[in-house]
Amino acid sequence: MLQFMLLFSRQGKLRLQKWYVAHPDKQKKKITRELITTILARKPKMCSFLEWKDLKIVYKRYASLYFCCAIDQDDNELLTLEIIHRYVELLDKYFGSVCELDIIFNFEKAYFILDELLLGGEIQETSKKNVLKAIAAQDLLQEEETPQGFFEDHGLG
Amino acid sequence: MPAVRGDGMRGLAVFISDIRNCKSKEAEIKRINKELANIRSKFRGDKTLDGYQKKKYVCKLLFIFLLGHDIDFGHMEAVNLLSSNKYSEKQIGYLFISVLISANNELMKLIIQSIKNDLSSRNPIHVNLALQCIANIGSREMAETFGSEIPKLLVSGDTIDVVKQSAALCLLRLLRTLSDIIPSGEWTSRIVHLLNDQHMGVVTSAVNLIDALVKKNPDEYKGCISLAVSRLSRIVTASYTDLQDYTYYFVPAPWLSMKLLRLLQNYPPPEDPGVRGRLIECLETILNKAQEPPKSKKVQHSNAKNAVLFEAISLIIHMDSEPNLLVRACNQLGQFLQHRETNLRYLALESMCLLATSEFSHEAVKKHQETVVTALKTERDVSVRQRAVDLLYAMCDKTNAEEIVGEMLNYLETADYSIREEMVMKVAILAEKYASDYTWYVDVILNLIRIAGDYVSEEVWYRVIQIVINREDVQGYAAKTVFESLQAPACHENMVKVAGYILGEFGNLIAGDQRSSPFVQFNLLHSKYHLCAAQTRALLLTTYVKFVNLFPEIRVDIQNILKSNSNVRNSEVELQQRSMEYLQLSQIASSDVLATVLEEMPPFPERESSILAILKKKKPGMSEGVTGPLKENKHPAAVINNTGVSYTKNSENAPSLAVSADLLGISSSLHQPTINSAPPASSNNTSTNLLVDVFGETTSPTAGGAKSAIGDGIIVKNEESLKKFICKHNGILFENDLLQIGIKSEYRQNLCQMGLFYGNKTNFQFLSFTPSISSPNNLSTKLNIQVKPVDTVVEAGAQVHQILNVECIEDFTDLPLLTIQFIYCNVQQKLTLRLPLTINKFSEPTVMNSESFFTRWKNLNNPTQEAQKIFKATYPMDSEAVKAKLIGFGIQLLTGIDPNPENYVCAGIIHTRTLQVGCLIRLEPNTQAQMYRLTIRSSKDTVSKELCKLLHELF
Repeated sequence: MLQFMLLFSRQGKLRLQKWYVAHPDKQKKKITRELITTILARKPKMCSFLEWKDLKIVYKRYASLYFCCAIDQDDNELLTLEIIHRYVELLDKYFGSVCELDIIFNFEKAYFILDELLLGGEIQETSKKNVLKAIAAQDLLQEEETPQGFFEDHGLG
Repeated sequence: MPAVRGDGMRGLAVFISDIRNCKSKEAEIKRINKELANIRSKFRGDKTLDGYQKKKYVCKLLFIFLLGHDIDFGHMEAVNLLSSNKYSEKQIGYLFISVLISANNELMKLIIQSIKNDLSSRNPIHVNLALQCIANIGSREMAETFGSEIPKLLVSGDTIDVVKQSAALCLLRLLRTLSDIIPSGEWTSRIVHLLNDQHMGVVTSAVNLIDALVKKNPDEYKGCISLAVSRLSRIVTASYTDLQDYTYYFVPAPWLSMKLLRLLQNYPPPEDPGVRGRLIECLETILNKAQEPPKSKKVQHSNAKNAVLFEAISLIIHMDSEPNLLVRACNQLGQFLQHRETNLRYLALESMCLLATSEFSHEAVKKHQETVVTALKTERDVSVRQRAVDLLYAMCDKTNAEEIVGEMLNYLETADYSIREEMVMKVAILAEKYASDYTWYVDVILNLIRIAGDYVSEEVWYRVIQIVINREDVQGYAAKTVFESLQAPACHENMVKVAGYILGEFGNLIAGDQRSSPFVQFNLLHSKYHLCAAQTRALLLTTYVKFVNLFPEIRVDIQNILKSNSNVRNSEVELQQRSMEYLQLSQIASSDVLATVLEEMPPFPERESSILAILKKKKPGMSEGVTGPLKENKHPAAVINNTGVSYTKNSENAPSLAVSADLLGISSSLHQPTINSAPPASSNNTSTNLLVDVFGETTSPTAGGAKSAIGDGIIVKNEESLKKFICKHNGILFENDLLQIGIKSEYRQNLCQMGLFYGNKTNFQFLSFTPSISSPNNLSTKLNIQVKPVDTVVEAGAQVHQILNVECIEDFTDLPLLTIQFIYCNVQQKLTLRLPLTINKFSEPTVMNSESFFTRWKNLNNPTQEAQKIFKATYPMDSEAVKAKLIGFGIQLLTGIDPNPENYVCAGIIHTRTLQVGCLIRLEPNTQAQMYRLTIRSSKDTVSKELCKLLHELF
């Protein structure tokens, strides 16, 4: 199973983290720091897989963002790369050519999309169409609600 | 500021922009603190906040947390959001909780209540939100609360597909938290049949769950094999348009295919010839497709396709029964070794390591040696080079050892620091394992020290010394070679240690040559003395005193060194003491005494290479002979022998070794005085009865505990009869009104042939009689059991004989299960028994004298190597009965070893394919307290534990 997924920028800033196994916050920070340093130090064209402690790390860079997954020893590395790719495709489709800023400003959406793709560290739905359908249904529910906050944010509330 | 999707919280977007515009870290912290203060006052304020505001602030807190700051409030507000009737608020509440709330939070009760409400909602989107939250947190409390609800949701006909998908994975998550929520009985087949579901998404989710359930209970879920095979077959033969959106870059359902192939790796090759045939067809199709031209140039296409291919190869390796497929797999991987994609080269090297362990493909793997060596030299990525090292290690055998070791030594000169130590160990192991000529072995190890001295661990140089001491034919050569190595201008300290030790023992063998006369040897060694650390100097001092015995002509020179101020007044106490004592010894003792005290070291007891043990510990799964999935070997026993250390002062004192009463390191007078209430004498088991059980070829007809009527699929508790079989090979395993099962078995080293005799006691035929053996947990990787099929009809009153061939691959704790199914008078009968195959069956008694017993005992001084139990006697403490049981257990009863004649001391060797584990056992009875103390030491911790468990139940 997937143990965790991290999204971070070329500057080493963490953009998204999703943990499928419980760790204390302190340890999460340590793991994150270590991995970001390790991966940023690697050259392009190097292998996308590395052994790290008793886990396997699978990572790939898309534009300015690194996507990094930790998986168990017996998990399939290549398909983990494709999970990352599917996630990127979903973000891209949803935001319309996604960029790092979209993920920063809509981090909650990035989480919601991830939750439809992966659950408990395993792949839940591989069909792009079905994931987008689920997200669209969520958005629809929101739109049906009265946008009362709209007025407040403009000082009308 | 980019457009914000969905309902858009403007306040949040403004805040994020502010943070991004901060020029410095300090400014950012200032802005965050301002915001935190603002949110805190809002939450505390008198004005009640509406849902939108709460959502907005909770979201801001979440963002602040993601920036790496700690958040210590807002949890209550987030929990409040859960009960909002607005979906967007609820969703943010759940997000905050999954990211920020730990399983033991005091708000958990409230959270669980909200989840309950949402689970019973009629809106599937709400249900899914709740399921996702459970899967994200997955606490024990949640497992207890929802463990019985979720299976219902999963198999109910009313549940829509997306909810089923989440429910399957949610259940899987809870199962990982709390394994006893496993649905069984009626659920089994309904869950298994999810593999047939029309919705591919449901199957993809469910197969993950089924895989986990199978791992826990392979037998119960056996039905999934044929379903998985037919599902797989439908996918691999589908065209890429058939599966619509489940086709990924022209590859039909790669995730599902991969999971199905993985699921099948939990079982041996299918028994049913039809299913087996279909599976082989699938695997062939996958291999064929790999040869077809790609349907797309995109890397996603090749990744998905190859992911399935690699998984298929894993299954082929796991089945290890189709030579043709294994060789094809190997050729395919061979192509990948030269692929331009680094990822594929990496994976091919990794996969080939496993292929190298199969007898069918080992030769095919060897053909690629040259390519792998090139990879080792030219790959730019150290993680790929590491894989190449692993593969060279795995493909090494007698025929190519010299070449491979040579290449590895060459590479070592420039190897990355991160992999040097491991390479050194691998080279050392290969050189030892495949040495036909031990001079070669000595050369290799000395080369290792020369090239990578810093990375040569103690185990490596201890080992070369053990081997030189044990092999007379190589001693002269070793002495000559170390002497030459010492002459090099730069000489690693490890080389000094090895040379010191070997010359101290065998310097006389080269002393005839003027160029290496005693005095030259001594001077050469001593020229290094002052450059060395204290530990090495201590060793050299011992060498010097050994020289006193070997070469009386240089005694005075040595005495001068020993009494020099820098030694007798050394600040290291150890050096001071050695100098003083050795000096005295050389001055006082007669040459006879010297010759005895400083005698050549006796051979070391043969044992598993301690380097191998270290390597196993460092790199589980990468050690030799591991054929099972890598996971099983995750935490192998640490067998660290500190041999060689005894070459300090103790070795000189060895002959006068006084056997004190407590040499074993445990005081024999200590018998838990606090527990002194004698247990009631167990009168129902007389010792005579026990003797009959232990020795008797034929036992009382009915084995205890097995009297329950045979119903449909009962598991028979045959604990009592199992216990009896611990000490004997033959007897009745089970008997009821219909059936009697007898066992007759023979053991030789790690092999066993077990005959099972099924007797039909009735006046009617048994039809469809099928006994089958299964291995719970990962037992199948540890015991290789081959079963000869039997006739499916058992005539009235007849007996059927079935032969089992068992090979013990590594030590184990679980017992194999024997399931017998048959039809008697049109009624299906099924029963499951545990087979009495315990690890002690592979033990052979070993005779040894007290000296070697104590040496071995002391060498096994790692706390994990010892298992001990203090327990009350269940049976009368009759000495003859105890002895009979110990002998029946497969170990040698040694007399005259323990100073206390009441105690029993035994030794045996457990044979497995991968290694032999020597076991030493001491049983101390305390008749007054009616207690025993059992202590077992062996080179493998799991063996000590298991033997202790098995043995203590017998007394």
